[in-house]
Amino acid sequence: MMENYSLLFAILFQLAQLLLVVLLAPLLTGWVNQCQAWLQNRSGAGVLQPYRVLRKLFHKDAVLAHNASWLFRVTPYIVFGCMWLAAAIIPIIALDLPFSQAADVIALVGVFALARVFISLAAMDIGTAFGSMGARREMLVSFLAEPALLMVLFTASMISQSTQLPRIVETLAHHQFILYPSLAFAGLSFVIVLLAENARIPVDNPTTHLELTMIHEAMILEYSARHLALIEWASSLKLFAYISIGIALFLPHGIAEAGNWAGLPLAIFLLLLKLMLAGAGLAVLETVMAKMRIFRAPEFLGTAFLLAVLGLLIHFLLGA
Amino acid sequence: MDFNSVLPLDVVGWLVQFWIVLGVAGLALQRAPHLINSILFPLSALASLLLAATGLWALAAAPNVMVLPLGLPDLPFHLRLDPLSAFFLILLGGASLGVSLFSAGYFKSMAGGTLGLLCLEYHLFLVGMTLVLLADDAYMFMVAWETMALASYFLVTTDHAIPDIRKAGYLYLLIAHVGAISILLSFGVMQGGNGIAAYTFDAMRSAHLTEFWSSAAFLLALFGFGAKAGVLPMHVWLPEAHPAAPSPVSALMSGVMLKTAIYGILRVTFDLLDTQLWWWGVLVLALGLITAIFGVMFAAVQGDMKRLLAYSSIENIGLLLVGIGLTIIFHVYGKDALAALALIATLYHSLNHAMFKSLLFVGTGAILHSTGERNRGRLGGLIHRMPWAAGLMLVGVLAISGLPPLNGFVSEWLLLQAFLLSPGLPNSYINMLVPVAAAVIALAAALAAYVMVKFYGVIFLGQPREKVLEHAHDAGNWERSGMIWLALVCVVLGLAPVYVVQQIDLVSHMLIGSGLGNAAAGWIFLAPVDTERASYSPLYFLLAVLGVMLLVSVLVRRLYHGRLRRSAVWDCGLPAQTARMQDTAEGFGQPIRRIFEPFFKIERDVPSPFDTHPRYHGQTDDRLWHILYLPIKHLTEKFSSWAGLLQHGRIHLYLTYTFVTLIVLLVFV
Repeated sequence: MMENYSLLFAILFQLAQLLLVVLLAPLLTGWVNQCQAWLQNRSGAGVLQPYRVLRKLFHKDAVLAHNASWLFRVTPYIVFGCMWLAAAIIPIIALDLPFSQAADVIALVGVFALARVFISLAAMDIGTAFGSMGARREMLVSFLAEPALLMVLFTASMISQSTQLPRIVETLAHHQFILYPSLAFAGLSFVIVLLAENARIPVDNPTTHLELTMIHEAMILEYSARHLALIEWASSLKLFAYISIGIALFLPHGIAEAGNWAGLPLAIFLLLLKLMLAGAGLAVLETVMAKMRIFRAPEFLGTAFLLAVLGLLIHFLLGA
Repeated sequence: MDFNSVLPLDVVGWLVQFWIVLGVAGLALQRAPHLINSILFPLSALASLLLAATGLWALAAAPNVMVLPLGLPDLPFHLRLDPLSAFFLILLGGASLGVSLFSAGYFKSMAGGTLGLLCLEYHLFLVGMTLVLLADDAYMFMVAWETMALASYFLVTTDHAIPDIRKAGYLYLLIAHVGAISILLSFGVMQGGNGIAAYTFDAMRSAHLTEFWSSAAFLLALFGFGAKAGVLPMHVWLPEAHPAAPSPVSALMSGVMLKTAIYGILRVTFDLLDTQLWWWGVLVLALGLITAIFGVMFAAVQGDMKRLLAYSSIENIGLLLVGIGLTIIFHVYGKDALAALALIATLYHSLNHAMFKSLLFVGTGAILHSTGERNRGRLGGLIHRMPWAAGLMLVGVLAISGLPPLNGFVSEWLLLQAFLLSPGLPNSYINMLVPVAAAVIALAAALAAYVMVKFYGVIFLGQPREKVLEHAHDAGNWERSGMIWLALVCVVLGLAPVYVVQQIDLVSHMLIGSGLGNAAAGWIFLAPVDTERASYSPLYFLLAVLGVMLLVSVLVRRLYHGRLRRSAVWDCGLPAQTARMQDTAEGFGQPIRRIFEPFFKIERDVPSPFDTHPRYHGQTDDRLWHILYLPIKHLTEKFSSWAGLLQHGRIHLYLTYTFVTLIVLLVFV
């Protein structure tokens, strides 16, 4: 009987996290933008601006190109669904996440890849020069970023002897604040991957529509209204998911244990604190760096990949 | 006749005879090509279905053996159907079912004479592959192997009026035979000079070779089967032969025939040889990694869609070799569960690759059939004209990119799990190799997604690049049904991994004496070791994604509206938006060409700024062809011309040679 109850609670908790991430994700984006504005001596639009943008977009009439196919129309939903799931299976508040049994870290990387392939295909669907350029660049960035992310996650998996996210986080959270040398390399690599995969400076710039530099924006140029809203929301969720991975791997302390419902308030408070810190850190990173030429990006990401492999090798060498 | 005593092997024997009958009937029905299309190929597909079912039946049955009253005096043909053969028969049946259905529609426009011959060759090809899997002695094996090679050679050169195709066929035949000689030598080594009766596989199984001779046999087999599989540096025939062959034939060659080579490597390594050495595993692993990266890199820069798929096959063969290498290493070091995991990943991936690569190849056939274009530089926008082909190909593209919840992801997941669980091998150098190998696998998988986005995007998406494409028609009913079958198998293999793994477990028990045992927690979670370490459930995954998508779309429409308006594309104020402004295949591959420039031999023809009609031409070649093959070719030509010095075609010269030889012999004797 007790078993059943705890499973029920776990499922309820899973649903709660689903709801929480989808509502919180635009706030994180707004926070990062606001921090950037402050750093650049602007007053900024406020942390709630992403919600206003979403509301505006949902109210508008969708405009589709004459030759847009079903693939173009269904992609925003797929991308949104994938990112939502990805953000929902990463343990950031508590370890009870029944759905993370169905998708481990490799599947997590697979979910990101699925969304990316669909959005790249949709970008090529209309057949404009910008769309295919964006798709090409996106795939260019990701073919190095994806294996780097996988290696980062592998390092954590090796340490915890499991690819299940709750097990990984449990192992890492139980250790004191000792620095795993392998995780240090992995962390460095992860930051680069996070910047690249979320279309951030120095690889991409989320605020520009300059044709020489844009990657992500070039892919979604043809989207409007609710489709664009879903994609923007998905981007927020993706950023949220990546920062969650970062928190789960490198700062998991304070997470509520399985079944420990009393620890939840503290865990939520700590999570909000970590998210704020991470968002501010991201804003600082973006402010102090300059956008690099597109063909410098592979070198940058190659560094991330090598760092991650080094981390894994160090784990094999030192066993830590 | 007592039906209770029918063995799986009997059924397979009947199916083989049936295929031969169908082939001969095709030759006889040259005057009535529509009968070949509408009766023979569907019947052949039915036989494929039965073959797959028989394979499934034989997987759990005890090995059947049969000795035919044919063959050499002291070495009659031995046949044997054990779980390993049964597994590959399922693969052969499953893939050829789709391809034969597709062929029933694809060859409609072909002239009767050619079609009759093709029907015979096609069925002999199937028979050859089946017998390769059943052969239980070296002679039978070589006969079947050669039947397969020759039948496929004639199939490749179906359009032999085109010189390039004759050239491709010749290259294929040459490498196939270099490989065959090596396989024969390997059998010779394993036979150990014990008379002709020792050429049966049973005798080889019980023979005990020294380490040296085992290694010799293994290396010869690896070289021979590697030539057939397209392992570097014997890969050069693949990108030539696949585009030359008709699409269904490319599908069978790439999907199934390459797997017979994988079958051969497994059969020799784990069944015929009684010991394995660790460095075999390292060698195979390294070869596999190089082949995988090389294949996917070249796939990324190809313009011709069938060449692209051929290079992608090279990549997948590389992945399979990585799996085999891991299996050998783990098996040698006594890590039985891990060896089973790696082996199961390998076999699973073979099955997956057979299905999605066949699907993609027949898909290119459907496009070729409907547009007459093979170069992706002139395709585009076909998703509107060919909705069925586009939808089904999308399944293949997602599957081969290794995306959940389709089948390609499952085998990649299993392979990566094998890597992740590997620490603790006694040899620290190999321990170091493992993470590097895992990184290379991850890189190859990510690049494969790049390749497939390019493949699908340039063919199906965007605006049509040529006027003719506006009249393209969708795949016909037969073509469509073949593709539906293959796509369906991809989905099922992706969603029911637990069942598939349980079946493959039987093969693993036979080959390395251990399996994963209870591979799953329940029927819905795939958990190769235990649920604490790793689990994956594609069904839940799919349901969750679909559920979320449905929820979101209902919510958006309910809370807001579903209004939609069509309009022209925003053209930046420049009215001259043409289809030529899209990325071509070359354009899409340009970043890869630039990043990996040292690996390619690139020739560019760049116009000067003053050209009135500027033309750009770029060609990316394989360095290995220039480093390895051309010198061999030149050397051969030189030796031939020296030998030619002796040949003048005059009778008195030859008499002089005879006379001189006699004198020399007399002096010596």
